[in-house]
Formats: sequence, structure tokens, C-alpha cells
Amino acid sequence: MGYPHPSHPKENPVLSKHFGDPEARSFDGWVKRGGYEALRKVLRMSPEAVVEEIKTSGLRGRGGAGFPTGLKWSLMPKADGRPHYLVCNADESEPGTFKDREIMRWTPHQLLEGCAIAAYAIGAERCYIYIRGEFTEPLKIMQQAIDEATAKGAVGANVFGSGKRIEMIIHRGAGAYICGEETAMLNSIEGKRGNPRIKPPYPAQAGVFGMPTTINNVETLAAVPHIIMRGGEWYKGLALGNPKSTGTKLISVCGHIQRPGNYEVTMGTPMKELIYEMCGGMRPGRTLKAVIPGGSSVPIMSAAEAEDCLLDYEGVVAKGSMLGSAGMIVMDDTTDMVYQIWRLARFYAHESCAQCTQCREGTAWSVRILERILTGKGKQEHFQLLLDLSDNMTGKTICVLSDSCAAPIVSGIQKFRHEFEAYIQGAREPAMAGV
Amino acid sequence: MSLTAGQGGSGAGSSGTPRGFAEHGSAHGGHGTETAPYERLFRGERLAQLEQLFTLYPTKQACLLPALWMIQEARGWISEPAIGEVAEVLGLTPAYVKGVVTFYTMYHTHPVGRHFIQVCTTTPCNICGAEDVVRALLEQTGCRELGATSPDGRFTVIEVECLGACGFATPILVDDDFIENVTPEKIAGILQRYE
Repeated sequence: MGYPHPSHPKENPVLSKHFGDPEARSFDGWVKRGGYEALRKVLRMSPEAVVEEIKTSGLRGRGGAGFPTGLKWSLMPKADGRPHYLVCNADESEPGTFKDREIMRWTPHQLLEGCAIAAYAIGAERCYIYIRGEFTEPLKIMQQAIDEATAKGAVGANVFGSGKRIEMIIHRGAGAYICGEETAMLNSIEGKRGNPRIKPPYPAQAGVFGMPTTINNVETLAAVPHIIMRGGEWYKGLALGNPKSTGTKLISVCGHIQRPGNYEVTMGTPMKELIYEMCGGMRPGRTLKAVIPGGSSVPIMSAAEAEDCLLDYEGVVAKGSMLGSAGMIVMDDTTDMVYQIWRLARFYAHESCAQCTQCREGTAWSVRILERILTGKGKQEHFQLLLDLSDNMTGKTICVLSDSCAAPIVSGIQKFRHEFEAYIQGAREPAMAGV
Repeated sequence: MSLTAGQGGSGAGSSGTPRGFAEHGSAHGGHGTETAPYERLFRGERLAQLEQLFTLYPTKQACLLPALWMIQEARGWISEPAIGEVAEVLGLTPAYVKGVVTFYTMYHTHPVGRHFIQVCTTTPCNICGAEDVVRALLEQTGCRELGATSPDGRFTVIEVECLGACGFATPILVDDDFIENVTPEKIAGILQRYE
């Protein structure tokens, strides 16, 4: 199930090349496809040279923030006698995003190889792979891959006879979106509630167990072996839009679309090509109303903004949103925007870790006000109330969960105000029964 | 309130009961007098497994989530005495462990049906008909309402936030089976597989 679609000619499959090929899952199958050559190559390089190669490539974090990966690695202290850690963020929970799951299901060794290279580069002997608890299948596949790679000497006490120790440990989450936030993840690994930490100190200074730590997303790490084998310059050249966004990007497309799925495109590919050519466009007789391009935490784009948007970090920002984790939620003209914005607010209210007042109260009250509107009890002053709440939820908390709740509310009111008005003025039947 | 495990040998003497542990169990268990004696999980092979986990982390506390998973896998849910046991083996307080247990949504703090069904209803699935899937599940399992267990004890159905398979709306988790592209029409066939 979930078998990937055949690659579209406009895609550029690098990471996804072997999706759907069950033989690529085994160690031998991966080696036959060129796997673990990059790790062998790296063992003959200095860690600094590895970091430089990644810097050259322009690779940026694929989890959502887009921070330059090479730079992140270079912030780790040099061998200082303390244990260093790598944490692989496989807590994929951002609504609309389902790319890391496919990487783990089809190419677990691609990820392990990337982890091992990153661990080598930052001087870590241990890598914790934090996989969300609901991902039962990826958990099983990744554990099998680790067992196999350990038995073959690709990871473990003596990586390919180099004398280097790089151990892979899976840490299973237990249901908490917030643990995808990197410092919440560190707490969760330590056996604590997943509350984000105040920064600084940054993880490179004091991360998991107080030690220097680098946290990278699954897709980021999976790109690393390809960059090592083909060179940073090659990766840097994969840019249709602008030189600040390089490489390929897995875009998860879902919602009202003919062919949902993961599409790997070169950075800078027009969103229109993805929606109408690769994904087969809208359902028959339907038109595009809105797109949330970067997972649910980014501002909603109107159909007009999606029209000439380029899919890279800067291209989506130019259209008032963010590429984020590139989980694209496509909504057609049947969508009740107020109801869906309420549903998103409910998500954030449920997932708030509750340590910051603005987030705990703000997300909960946003839900209640939107419910009033949907039950036909909305008032004009609710617009300002929602916007004031959102303002208090933006840039004022330890992490960005509450900002993420505000993003769809503020952009929704800006771009689809008439749909809120229809409920408030009684022109539209209440979507829910009053309490 | 009854505990899942209750093999006869559990009371093989009080030597296995940590100090203060029974107190905790009855203080929070509510129905102290009816509660069957709690059988420790971390003995013999399972204790060895846990000790193996200790080698993977620099602190014992880091084994808290894995230890709670072990309890839930063996017992179906995490009872107050189980919280006490985990606290004791990891050197934490029961209150701390409970704080962690209740933070994470996947740990059950009460017994659930033989098969636990989680349905994603977050926005991407919501616009693809997830609420219809929920309605059909509640009706066909006999659970009637979210969080309730069917009268035959077979199913419990809950709504969950994003399962991370938005392109395969609507995904559901039945126990550990991740099932994609579920529609109301497919539910009867799926439920048949779970007795």
C-alpha cells in the first residue's frame, strides 16, 4: 500500500529514485545500487572536508526552517573530549507532509548512510533516530536496516574497519506533534515531557544530555550521500529559481488533487507545473481555491498567488508564504475555508505543550471563537479579536507552534474574509450545531 | 477497574514489591480494595531487556519512553501501579512518570478495546472525507462515540491528529496496522480482520 506513482518526466528523482523497489530496502540491494560508497569515501576524508562539501552544495534543512546544513554542522565544537550526538528528526507530523515516511519505508539505508556520514562529520559516535510512535511500518523497517547494517559493519563499533564507532539507536515517540521541534525532541529523548527549550543555549552548545548535538531532518540526511558521491558543485547546480535554494525537494501533495503523492522536483520548479502536469490537476469540474504550500504551519496562498509561484525557499516567500516542509495541501472550490481554518486551529490547540500562556490560551481561544462563527453566533468584532490573539501568538513564545496556529488564521481572514462574513451575516447555514 | 495481567504466580512473595509502591497504587487507584495484586513487569527476561536499553543512553531516565512502551505492549495500558513500577526501576517519582505518560497521547491510562482504532481527521484528511470515515467506524464497531469501547469489548475508536500519510487519505491505525486510503465502504471488510 502507498506504492509510489511512476516518476513523472518533469520530476528529478535523486532521493526517490528507488521508491517502490522493495529490493532497495535490503543492505545488499542498497549496495548493489551504489549504496554505502559515499560512507566509504567519507572515511578517507577529514571531517572538515565533509562539512565543506556540504557547505558547497548549498543544502538547507528540509524539516521546515531551511537552515544551511553545512553551517549547522560547522557550529559543532571541535573534538573537545565530550560526547557529541547526532539526532535524526523522523517525527514527521506536520499536516500535509509525508515525505520522510516514504524515505524510511523504501530506502532505509539511504537514511542510515546519511546519518553515518553526518555523525562522522560532527564527531558523533551515537545517532538517535527519533521516529514518531504512529509510524509502525517505518519503525520496523528502520530497525531491520540498522540490524543488517550493524551485522555488515557499516555502522556500529568499527565502521567498515576504520576504527570509527557510529551507533544508530531508534527512539520511538509516543504521540506529540511538538516533539518535532528540535529542543522538545531532545527532552523527549531524555525521558521528559516534550517541552521546547529556551535558546540559547543552542543544541550545538548544549543539546541532548547537555552535550553538543546536531539535529537534522530525514530528507536532509538522505541527500547527503548523493552530495558526497556527485559533489557539492553538482548539487548546487540543481537550481531553477535562484542560487540560494539548491538541490531537489520532495514535495508531498495532498488534498483535492487528482494524483496525490510525493514528487521530487528541482528547486525552483513552478508550482503550476506540479499541480497541473505532474499531479494531474484538480478533480473534474473543480477549480483551485487555495494552497497551503509548506505544511499547515505556513500562511494560506490564494489560487492567484499559486499561479506563478516558484517552488523554492525564496519563491514561496515572495508569494507571502513559506516552503516549510513542502507539504502542499491543495483545496478546491468545494472547501469551506472557515471550517478548515477551525480544524487547523484545533490541531494546534491539541498539540500545544501548554508551557507558554500565549500558546496555551491563544490556540484554545482561537478554536472557541472560530466555533462561535461556525455555529452562526459570530460577530464583526470577532475579526479583530482573532487578529489580536494571533498577534499575541506570533514571535512571543519559546517555539513557533502558536505562530503556526496564527498563520492560517491571519492569512485566512486576509484572503477569504467573505467566507467568514457569510457565517457572521447569516448568509450561510451554520456548519456546526450550537452548544 | 481491573488489571490486565493476573497470572497466579504474581504474588510470589512481597520481595518483588518496591518500597512505597503498594501505597502509591492504592492511593491513586481509587478502588484500592478491589484491585488485583499488581504483577511486576520488569523481572527476568523483561528486566534484562530494560537493562540492555540502559546501555543505549547515558541516563536511566532516557529509558522512560521505551519502558512505558514495554508496559503498554505487555499489559495493553499503563495503570497507576505500572507507573509506580516504572518510576521505581528508573529512579524517578511516580508523579514525574505520570506527568510524562499523560503528555504523550499514545499511552493509554485506562483499558481500551481489544483493537484500538485511530483515525486521522486533520485538515488534509478532513477535506477528503475523514469525518465520514469516523461516523462509519463509530456505527459499525458499535462504539457509538469517540473514546468509548464497543459493548463487546472488541473496539475502541478515537480521532487523532495528523498521522503523516496525507496523500493516502484517510489513513487509520488499527493496533499496529497502518491502513491507507480508507473510505466508509471499506470499513466492514477491514473490521472483519480483527476479532
